[in-house]
Amino acid sequence: MGFVSRGFKGKRRDVASSSRVPPGQHVVDDFPVLSAGPTPRVSIADWTFSIVGEIDDPKRWTWDEFRKLPSETFTVDIHCVTKWTKLDTRWAGVSLDTILDEVETAGEYAVAYSDGGYTTNLPLDDLTGGKAWIAFEYDGRPLDPEHGGPARLLVPHLYLWKSAKWVRGISLQTEDEPGFWESNGYHLRGDPWREQRYWGD
Amino acid sequence: MQQSDLKLDGNAIAGLLREIFTMEMTNANSTCAGCGKVHAVGRVDVYLNAPGAVVRCPACEQVLMRIVHNRGRYWIDLTGIRCLELGPGE
Amino acid sequence: MARAAVLGRLTWQLGEVAEIVRETPRVSSLVLQVPDWPGHLAGQHVDIRLTAEDGYQAERSYSIASAPEDSRVILTVERLEDGEVSPYLVGEVRAGDQVELRGPIGGYFVWEAGDARPLLLVAGGSGIVPLMAMIRHHAAAGATAPVRLLYSSRSIEDVIYMDELATLSATGMGLKVSHTLTRFQPPGWEGYARRIDGEMMAEVAWPRKDSPAVFICGPTSFVEAAAGLLVESGYDASWIKTERFGATGG
Repeated sequence: MGFVSRGFKGKRRDVASSSRVPPGQHVVDDFPVLSAGPTPRVSIADWTFSIVGEIDDPKRWTWDEFRKLPSETFTVDIHCVTKWTKLDTRWAGVSLDTILDEVETAGEYAVAYSDGGYTTNLPLDDLTGGKAWIAFEYDGRPLDPEHGGPARLLVPHLYLWKSAKWVRGISLQTEDEPGFWESNGYHLRGDPWREQRYWGD
Repeated sequence: MQQSDLKLDGNAIAGLLREIFTMEMTNANSTCAGCGKVHAVGRVDVYLNAPGAVVRCPACEQVLMRIVHNRGRYWIDLTGIRCLELGPGE
Repeated sequence: MARAAVLGRLTWQLGEVAEIVRETPRVSSLVLQVPDWPGHLAGQHVDIRLTAEDGYQAERSYSIASAPEDSRVILTVERLEDGEVSPYLVGEVRAGDQVELRGPIGGYFVWEAGDARPLLLVAGGSGIVPLMAMIRHHAAAGATAPVRLLYSSRSIEDVIYMDELATLSATGMGLKVSHTLTRFQPPGWEGYARRIDGEMMAEVAWPRKDSPAVFICGPTSFVEAAAGLLVESGYDASWIKTERFGATGG
């Protein structure tokens, strides 16, 4: 084999993959901040959440309206494609089932879009069935802007780049339209248990 | 740590850019396709705490470049750069 | 010559640690002998790649501290406690070890002794490292451009190259060093004792009419504050070159 740096172990990978840690991931205790641009600052007064695209009557909630929707608290494991996994993260949010309830659409796909221009695509099936939320609290406190506050999408069964920070709406689509990372090398679906990191995985 | 410290500059991806272009690129000039401003690649904003390198215009914050690298394969989006001017050192 | 040699395909190579110099409690300089080193410019960096026995790799960039006139490659590294590479380089590595590196890299944040403009260097913490290469280059080349350095550190113990800077500024070669200590000052401290601000910049920086060359290096927030102060004072943005390093990684 090639060169080895004497005595170098690296600080990662204390926990090997297990029933809760997907292959190639290691467990972290902190909550790393990933950032593809400046952190958007949006005031609650100006914040809205919309469902647009393949829908006859586009929907829109102000912050107050959104917060009156039934919400739930939940504890999930999250997996970032940069190889860290964080176990037992506690959130509060509104289930996408609640948001998409009564929505009639011919679309089978969704694109979540955010302040700052970020987008990510998902099959609609990955957003429904109790698997996805618009989260506004982390660990009992309002979600920090650096982690996506005031609200972010949370789809914990997929790699975390799908859980768009600063989310402002979802566009329903008849075709799968690659988002910010999916159009530049990252996998269209991003299932951590199948290590769907890059195109071709 | 301050949140602003996640923003680096083009010097931080000089090695990555040399892998791709096989030239020193921090002296190259990039024209933003959004606002038209010209900046040396060494001067542009770079975000590395992300699934890939995201390069933004320091004037308008629009994305200039996205570079994803995995095991010797590169995905490079340059749609945010209208013109890249490069050549031997002056 | 040196310029031509640094362009071309970038390949990983091995350097041997000839010596380790403890600079501060958290900072050490690694003196590397790199076979066939093509030479470098003041302000350039190298990428360091560490490989564990199981093949795991981690890569970081470090500025070169030595002058182009020096055949050795000196890297001055600050140990970041939650880092991955810097605790290895400052702590584990010892003389005789080999480290894998590639470079030199960079062409934007460089200064060459032929540049006759007055030089203003502004350093925050270990941002001094590439600027030290410029100061050493200035001295080794006998450059005539006058140099002013404004160097911000937390405390006197954190000041890197303290003695060498004092020696070089006493030689009459045109280097003037101004320190500011932002958190702790020793008894009798006569330098600045606060974060950089407009008043400090006005006292240290060259007047606008001198059209100086400016290099600023440090954490992003420091670099943006320093560059902003200079532009506000009337400096042309094109005179100013910056290099930011993150608080993450390490």
